[in-house]
Amino acid sequence: MTTTTIESQVALEAKGRHHHHPDHRLFGLILFLVAEGMIFFGLFSAYLIYFATIPQWPFGIELDLFLPSINTLILISSSFVMHQGQRAIKKDDVRGLQFWFSLTAIMGIIFLLGQGYEYTHAGFGLTDNLFASCFYVLTGFHGLHVTAGLLFIFATLWRSFIPGHYSKERHFGVEASELYWHFVDVVWIVLFTLVYLLPLTR
Amino acid sequence: MVSNTEVVKKEHRERRERRLIDYFTFNTDHKVIGIQYLVTSFLFYFIGGAFAEAMRTELATPNPDFLSPELYNQMFTLHGTIMIFLWIVPAGAAFANYLIPLMIGAEDMAFPRLNAVAFWLLPPGGLLLIASLLVGAPQAGWTSYPPLSLMTGKWGQEMWILSILLLGTSSILGAINFATTILKMRIKDMDLHSMPLFCWSMLATSALILLSTPVLASALILLSFDLIAGTSFFNPAGGGDPVVYQHLFWFYSHPAVYIMILPFFGVISEVIPVHSRKPIFGYRAIAYSSLAISFLGLIVWAHHMFTSGTPGWLRMFFMATTMLVAVPTGIKVFSWCATMWGGKISLNTPMLFAIGFVSSFLIGGLTGVMLASVPFDIHVHDTYFVVGHFHYVLFGGSALALFAGFYHWFPKMTGKNYNETLGRLHFILTFLGFNITFMPMHQLGLMGMNRRIALYDPSFQPLNLISTAGAYLLAISTIPFIINVVWSLLKGTKAERNPWNALTLEWQTASPPVMENFEEEPILWSGPYDYGIDTSPEATAQSVEEMLADVASK
Ligand code: HEM
Ligand SMILES: [Cu+2]
Repeated sequence: MTTTTIESQVALEAKGRHHHHPDHRLFGLILFLVAEGMIFFGLFSAYLIYFATIPQWPFGIELDLFLPSINTLILISSSFVMHQGQRAIKKDDVRGLQFWFSLTAIMGIIFLLGQGYEYTHAGFGLTDNLFASCFYVLTGFHGLHVTAGLLFIFATLWRSFIPGHYSKERHFGVEASELYWHFVDVVWIVLFTLVYLLPLTR
Repeated sequence: MVSNTEVVKKEHRERRERRLIDYFTFNTDHKVIGIQYLVTSFLFYFIGGAFAEAMRTELATPNPDFLSPELYNQMFTLHGTIMIFLWIVPAGAAFANYLIPLMIGAEDMAFPRLNAVAFWLLPPGGLLLIASLLVGAPQAGWTSYPPLSLMTGKWGQEMWILSILLLGTSSILGAINFATTILKMRIKDMDLHSMPLFCWSMLATSALILLSTPVLASALILLSFDLIAGTSFFNPAGGGDPVVYQHLFWFYSHPAVYIMILPFFGVISEVIPVHSRKPIFGYRAIAYSSLAISFLGLIVWAHHMFTSGTPGWLRMFFMATTMLVAVPTGIKVFSWCATMWGGKISLNTPMLFAIGFVSSFLIGGLTGVMLASVPFDIHVHDTYFVVGHFHYVLFGGSALALFAGFYHWFPKMTGKNYNETLGRLHFILTFLGFNITFMPMHQLGLMGMNRRIALYDPSFQPLNLISTAGAYLLAISTIPFIINVVWSLLKGTKAERNPWNALTLEWQTASPPVMENFEEEPILWSGPYDYGIDTSPEATAQSVEEMLADVASK
């Protein structure tokens, strides 16, 4: 025990009273994403129970796969595009960051527009049947997350115009918005499999 | 880059005295937030308690003469919801906020601003719930099962949903903070196995909150769509399945009972060793059993659905896992008893409440094992046996432990000593009132009295009268409590730094702690529970150390 006392004494003198603790925000964000992921887990489980227990699933609805597949490709590639932005800032290249993040935002907007188009041309409404309800609620809730991710990207872009705000060492906003975007992406892949592909097995 | 001197200057400006107004504003000090949580939760406790008294008054007679059946439904719905989401859960967060940074020697939480946001979601959530009375409060119970919840007043139910979503978000943000703080901000010499057990229990609680509360949100989002937009996720009339709601709901709400009890297991693990002057028995057993409870808690939910058409094999699985929970829980109870065994027990108020906790919780735990067994549960499901059971866990468990912690840390939080005589009176009245209220409910349930009814068979009346009398005694028990708190705050003697001679770090600073918690860097010179063990033979001239050396020899 005495050794630890001495150790902490030494540490005390070395650090002084006001040490500022390291940045834990990324860890916090990861915990938050775990929680967000569980919301989708809940929704997906409900969907899977319906799928497993209702023989007439998906009630004769045939989703068009062409546009959503393109949308999927755009969203997935946007994750890679966005990663270039982080690589740029790691080289202190703010211009690069701005370029790649803007590109990501454009791809995100295209995705949302595509989804809007799909909604207006789907030919079925929210309350038509259980599959229709699931379709709108799941994709809509995901779309909400894409929107949040976009806002995150815009905030990062906004700040990147403040001189010296992001640098090689300090760019939490960049990392965080990128992590969030990847999360939204991964959720979409699961969602696409469940909502668009799984009913094809019937 | 801001220069170093500037930082120091800024900190000097911030280092001012605590003012009363701070407690009513968006403040980021974890100690202020802790008190805010505590006071808010107690306000709601009195509201939820008043609803309970109204219910018990109604149940004194077999006919619905005091409350109409509809109003009775609203009362138990609000009572249950308030007690869970606005009392016990935020009270746990109160202790966590106040104690975690102090116990691990940190200046504040990892994310102070997020912490304040989490707190400030609570009052709107609570007010929204109470405001639902204006449009006709929800009547479907705290479980809000569809299709019932889809048929009894749309807007009251929707306000209930929104309120729970707010409160759930608050709880999730809190959990992020607790977990990060505990894992990342301990002082240098403190490894996971030398942190106080309260921190372990909050770690387990936070994990549960993060994994389960969001699933409740998914259930409520879908329920909202059914209610407002006319979808039929859970509405059998439109081809939906109410059992899906039950699965989602209980995936959260069974863990929720651990979210409500684990923080208080932690509190008890602090209180008992201090007032028994003995090292805790089985530190690691208690720490790991919290984690085991969290894990098992996630795979037992369908024991609430034994009568919902759950297939036989699945009932077997959930019966087995539920009974398994008794093992880690039993380990804890055993460890607490073993800690007290042969200790120098002082029967002061915190210790009395702690002993009350262990005994009541034991009863609640045992009736829980009875309910876990399918053949028994099928008979008593939705009867007063269940109501008796969960009040032994929630009131006898969480609430009594909450009071134990309240008295234990009252000197630390307020800087004042409470009155011991009034405290003991509070305990005696509470403990008697509690048992008189809830013990007869078990018998009523076995006799076949349903829960959630305002009208019952006259043959149940005698036991109901006893229960109502107990509830009034419980109401009376709050009088010495309130007097004690108010009087001590105003006139109480000044509390010392370490009135209990305790070893955890929160006692190394002033009472109440200074702005950034510690005047000097706290020193981890012994394990958290090394009572009666002489750990420091060569006392140095350090002021804190001297005091601590004194503690060890006691
Ligand atoms: C102050 C003393 C209390 C009294 C007299 C009391 C009384 C009651 C009664 C009579 C019911 C049954 C209503 C019915 O099924 O018809 C009830 C339900 C309930 N109580 Fe309490 N209770 C008290 C404290 C608490 C506490 C401290 C908690 C939790 C922390 C709690 C949580 C609940 C819950 C969750 C329900 C279920 C509500 C529902 O059926 O939806 N109660 N209480
Ligand atoms: Cu349960």
